[in-house]
Amino acid sequence: MNTASSKSLRRLMMDNVLYICLLMMIVIIAIIAPSFLSLGVLTDILTQSAPRVVLAMGLLVVIISCGIDMTVGRLAGLCAIISGSLAQAVTYNLKFWPGLPEFPIWVPIIAAMLAGLLVGCITGSIVSKLRVPAFLATLGMQMIIYGASLLLINKKPNHSQPLAGYINPFSDFGTGSIAGISYLAIIAIAVMILVHIMLTRTTLGKNIFAIGGNREAAIVSGINVHKIEIFTYALCGFLAGLAGVMLAARTGSATPSYGEGYELDAIASCIIGGASFTGGIGSVPGAFLGVIIFNVINYGLTFIGLSSYFQYIVKGLIIVFAVALDMRKYAHHS
Amino acid sequence: MSELEYILEAHHVSKSFPGVKALNDVTLKIRPGTVHALMGENGAGKSTLMKCMYGIYAMDEGQILINHKEVHIAKPRDVMELGVTMIHQELHSIPPQNVMENVWVGRIPYRKVLGIQWVDKRKMYEDTRKIFDQLQLNIDPKAKVSTLSTSFCQLLEIARAVSFGAKVIIMDEPTSSLTETEAEILFRIIRQLKRENVAIIYISHKIDEILEISDEVTIMRDGSVVGTWNASELTTELIVNRMVGREMTNRFPPHNHTPGDVWLDVSHLTSATPRSFTDISFHVRKGEIFGIGGLVGAQRTELMESIFGLRPVASGDMTINGTRVGITCSKDAIQNGMALLTEERRAKGIFGVLSITDNIVMVRQNLKPDIYHGKTKILLDRKKRDADAHQYTDTLRIKAPSLKTRIMSLSGGNQQKVLVGRWLLTKPTILIMDEPTRGIDVGAKFEIYELMEALAREGKCVIMVSSEMPELIGMSDRIMVMCEGHLSGIVGREAATEETIMSLASTYKKKQGVEENEYRK
Repeated sequence: MNTASSKSLRRLMMDNVLYICLLMMIVIIAIIAPSFLSLGVLTDILTQSAPRVVLAMGLLVVIISCGIDMTVGRLAGLCAIISGSLAQAVTYNLKFWPGLPEFPIWVPIIAAMLAGLLVGCITGSIVSKLRVPAFLATLGMQMIIYGASLLLINKKPNHSQPLAGYINPFSDFGTGSIAGISYLAIIAIAVMILVHIMLTRTTLGKNIFAIGGNREAAIVSGINVHKIEIFTYALCGFLAGLAGVMLAARTGSATPSYGEGYELDAIASCIIGGASFTGGIGSVPGAFLGVIIFNVINYGLTFIGLSSYFQYIVKGLIIVFAVALDMRKYAHHS
Repeated sequence: MSELEYILEAHHVSKSFPGVKALNDVTLKIRPGTVHALMGENGAGKSTLMKCMYGIYAMDEGQILINHKEVHIAKPRDVMELGVTMIHQELHSIPPQNVMENVWVGRIPYRKVLGIQWVDKRKMYEDTRKIFDQLQLNIDPKAKVSTLSTSFCQLLEIARAVSFGAKVIIMDEPTSSLTETEAEILFRIIRQLKRENVAIIYISHKIDEILEISDEVTIMRDGSVVGTWNASELTTELIVNRMVGREMTNRFPPHNHTPGDVWLDVSHLTSATPRSFTDISFHVRKGEIFGIGGLVGAQRTELMESIFGLRPVASGDMTINGTRVGITCSKDAIQNGMALLTEERRAKGIFGVLSITDNIVMVRQNLKPDIYHGKTKILLDRKKRDADAHQYTDTLRIKAPSLKTRIMSLSGGNQQKVLVGRWLLTKPTILIMDEPTRGIDVGAKFEIYELMEALAREGKCVIMVSSEMPELIGMSDRIMVMCEGHLSGIVGREAATEETIMSLASTYKKKQGVEENEYRK
């Protein structure tokens, strides 16, 4: 009886290890600095996490289909530059495209997302059609995208200056809010809901799980594997474009260093959120929690007055710890 | 010679998984120099028992004795060092390596030159050669494993066990991927090992085989041992009855269907892949069970996959109900009413980490006309999906804790039934079943046979590729036999005997013999 209940308690803890981690961190931070538990701080965390949440959602879809996309961070950076350059006010004297008029706000947003989509389609085709291993194909693409960012921002007359001078609606998009919830958070939540519905409630989502679960069996089952694989990378690129817009709008600037290393955080978020590199497993709530945990660490450490350099050590520990627990959870199944 | 009565003993072993008592007070004793068969339906606990003895699972209760001394086993390496080796049901060969590296993996011989350890390739080659000669295996130790067929990989596993100098070898379904000729080689090896006082624990579903090779038989059911008998006291009927716990007189359901008009017609089909099949012509009637026999390497699976659009075809035609069909991908095939139950269940069949429901409806939900989307046309109707999954788990008697269970945690027989359900849901007119009963227990086998009968009675074409002679002869209306990618003959039900099929299956065998010898040197 005693052993049985302790066993089921252990199972319960293992199954919900993420929530427990998050709760423990919040409790520890709140004990040291009680003001952490205010609505303002929490919405702040949500707003700051928003671009990362959007990136993680795209990557989640790719990881479920048993792929990996290393481009998303740099792609978000490129798309931040594209959207920022098109969102500058005509009165700004260091305009990136001096000849162009001032555009309505939707032009920079759509342009960046289309750029992301295009790059995603190219990456997807390389992976799916040419069968280049996803890690290598996307690592190569990552470098190409970074190079493109550097070349683009070095264009005359800009000469690698950080972009600035956005039109007001664009800045408002990055910093404004409705009823205390920022636009960015709302977009991130909307993306999560849509991706969640797509993954769990549509044939497309089921096919993505099927390809990740067993590509050969998916081919036998008459699923158009190429089309869906390319779609996952296209979606991932599209969302990276959106994340780039969000970054540019929130910070009021853009440089090629935007989004650097974000892909690794996004991958880690998905994995500690229960997704598996072997494909076929993963969920939106899990990946979301993964992102939030990382940002609570970020925010919380500075909040309690510790150097933010500690965040890397804590993040690293959490990744190792979470995955180790996960392996134990599945150990007796295999 | 050893004076020991038992070389390996398991006493009162119990093991539970969440929700299931997999082993309940199991005792098994193995005498040296004997073949001890372990039988039981899937889920009876044979594999779990072996995994406990082998240190893959930790047992809850019980003890393991080797040479009458209690041993504590934490990991497979411990047992291997004590002289017990297991050959797994799933092959563990590492394909990119060559054969001899595979045999000696983990124990590769070294030679020290200039203070550096170099791989001693010559010794490795000679030692491998010696073992292969002893086992009379016709494999070049330097060949890449990836060029070998599945059956050779299996024999390689056995060669590796022999190289360990094992005193007990556990063989889990060793013949499931072997043809009869290859199985004969295996039996010869087993008899030789017996003479060298090696004990074999032999897990198999094939009763004929067990009666032929084993000395003692232990039968398990539902996690407990039913009993241990001398093989000479047993008959097929006794074994089956004790395994399933009920009377089971016939291995095949009554043959009770009449073929109608020609439905599928294949003419002069030639593969686009060199050295695959050439010029295959046959037809299948509605309501006919069409068997396809042959040895491993006869290109039967390749032919089936080509018909299903998974492999390219160089020339030839296919008609269904008199209409010419061009099938270039599996989707075309499925839309033309075809279904393919693949030979390799794990590699090409199941979506292991997905639920039973997902596995059952996966093909159907990609097909027109659509039945799984509600009014929105976007969202899947979960109730309808579950209802269909439920219907098939019921009619096919799939045993599972829930529809959400991951398919990989089911037994082989239940996995196979889920896959059958997947295809039945698409209402196919042509059902291709490639080795449909491989690795599944007697009860599930019979259910698959009954299902094939029922489908034939409904007027469907059932094409069954099988390496099991009794199954081919017992079930088929006609049997097409292939050899080395050629059609060597089609025999009717009345004329089908094991001898005729065997002789057809080895028509081109001599030619291959020459090639093999060339390959060897």
